[in-house]
Amino acid sequence: MSFPKHLSSSWQLHGEKIIAACGLIGFMNRDKSLTDGSDIIKAIANMKERSNGLGGGFAGYGIYPDHADQYAFHLMYMDESARVTTEEFLHEHFSIVAAEIIPTDPTAHVHNPPLLWRYFVDVEAASVVNEDESDYVVRLSLEVNDRIEGAFVSSCGKNMGIFKGVGYPEDVGEFFRLYDYKGYTWLSHGRFPTNTQGWWGGCHPFGLLDWAVVHNGELSSYGTNMRHLEMYDYKCTLMTDTEVVAYTIDLLMRKHGLPIEMVEKVIASPLWEAIDRMPEDERVVTEALRRVYGPLLFNGPFSFIIADSERMIGITDRIRLRPLVVATHGPTYYLSSEEASIREICPEPEQIWMPRGGQAAATELYETAKTTNKEEVVTG
Amino acid sequence: MSKMINPMQADVALDRSRVTDHGKGKVEVNAQDLTYRELNLLLRVVCDEGAKHLLLKNVNGQRYIATDLPPVKIDIEGCAGNDLGVFMNGCEITVNSNCQDAVGNTMNAGSIIVHGHSSDIAGFAMRGGKVYIRDNSGYRCGIHMKEYEDKIPVLVVGGVAHDFLGEYMAGGVLLLLNRPSVQGATEFGEMPSDLIPSHHIGTGMHGGVIYLRGRVEPYQLGAEVAPVDFTDKDTETLHHEIDEYCNHFEVSDDERQELKDSEYVKLIPVSHRPYGKMYAS
Repeated sequence: MSFPKHLSSSWQLHGEKIIAACGLIGFMNRDKSLTDGSDIIKAIANMKERSNGLGGGFAGYGIYPDHADQYAFHLMYMDESARVTTEEFLHEHFSIVAAEIIPTDPTAHVHNPPLLWRYFVDVEAASVVNEDESDYVVRLSLEVNDRIEGAFVSSCGKNMGIFKGVGYPEDVGEFFRLYDYKGYTWLSHGRFPTNTQGWWGGCHPFGLLDWAVVHNGELSSYGTNMRHLEMYDYKCTLMTDTEVVAYTIDLLMRKHGLPIEMVEKVIASPLWEAIDRMPEDERVVTEALRRVYGPLLFNGPFSFIIADSERMIGITDRIRLRPLVVATHGPTYYLSSEEASIREICPEPEQIWMPRGGQAAATELYETAKTTNKEEVVTG
Repeated sequence: MSKMINPMQADVALDRSRVTDHGKGKVEVNAQDLTYRELNLLLRVVCDEGAKHLLLKNVNGQRYIATDLPPVKIDIEGCAGNDLGVFMNGCEITVNSNCQDAVGNTMNAGSIIVHGHSSDIAGFAMRGGKVYIRDNSGYRCGIHMKEYEDKIPVLVVGGVAHDFLGEYMAGGVLLLLNRPSVQGATEFGEMPSDLIPSHHIGTGMHGGVIYLRGRVEPYQLGAEVAPVDFTDKDTETLHHEIDEYCNHFEVSDDERQELKDSEYVKLIPVSHRPYGKMYAS
């Protein structure tokens, strides 16, 4: 595997290694009420021990109400020429409604920030031939990462954005002035990179369309997963295992339309002995999923949180070698590596529990749940 | 004269404004927003100065509490962080809320009473002392507990525990009371309440004993353990620990009696030297 183009410069940071483990937290206001970015910064800062200053990041949903219908491309550039090339590329394929520098606080403690730009774009119907619009956006965004030297798309969803960089997450949050944004779902990640270097593009969350993923652990199945995803034109360019999680979820949930109950059986499949004990119907389905999607099983210890504009899902590996706590309070649903980080912003949650390994803790917006139920009534 | 402070802590700020002395050795410490290093250094200093009873307010996620303290009494208000009581030697801790991963990690003596739940690896490698958790516990509780002569650690969980409980246990007593009243509804889904929900129980176990209130199917057990009959000594241990648990958490007399009268499964290792044969002959 070749070294990715981005790692050839000052984007990387060699620091003294501090032993820790990644920290994750996410919350969703299921009634779509808005919270500014200061809560998520406070929550992730509670788990400072889990990161080592080599990466932190955030995803916010509902943060761009004025451009809710356009794709919001967040770009990192190593230099001006990368920006010029990328902007030409974007002009060629999209109609750019607005282009601006992402506002930052230069006094925040982050290391070597790249140039940070965002673009709100429409897709012209005429540009999309023989594929649907989402595939078009995915394809072009992966093309920027793969082909344009010094440019990296950190997110490309609608009414959402990913903000990430090298530093402690709370400093990265300050740097991006997240307190100036209001969103209904927020994710955050404090990084302790184990296998790859800390660099701006390699921080979490990873995004594709509306998806954002934050991850603690490591996927020893990375090679198998990556080769399988390549068959579906997902190019893994970032030298970090979390990338395959984002692409796998996109493939299974968006393209193949599997519900989360099936996705959990693919990525964190029950052990064969447990499958043998299942009731007949469930066993047949689970075995079929294992046969069809075997190469998308995630092996190794992990917990991650995935969100899109309507859902938030937390899951660990099937024997739960990484932590995950769930809490609810009124309309808000919380997922975190540690209970204390939830309590930092919600001192007395109504419910707190630990999900079983391989069993997704999934939730969705009330309005989405309502629509889904209606469909069930119609079809049932 | 205060004892020498670990040079590793030389850069940690000591915020004395957090300390309120209530007299007679009772000292309150406000842990709000302190890092674990700031908090633990402060606790060490006040103990060196003679504190016997610490009241910790506004704890939220600070790690390693009580790791290097003399045997004092500690009341914790708030959610205690990972490794509560790690390597602890004789403190008596009460937590009025939940605690996180690895409570009682390698503790040597003392007690930890948790008025709530614990997350994963409770009682990790305990070598002495007692841990009582009122509600449920997470994955791998009691992992690698051990014992030597009269040092026999005890871990009691009032609710149920996730998979791999008693994994690699080499000694000690692990008791699961399976009280329906302390189990969250969401966690384990619908299942018959007498069936213990854990799988891979006692995997790799080669010492100590596990008592489970309820029943288990053979497929839930690791290959290294088997159910055996109770002796009078078991009943005595069980009743003693049930009483201790009920006293700590104010369980009604009726339920106390019910817990004592219930059916329990006793699990012990099939072999004390699982790998002995591998190297013999």
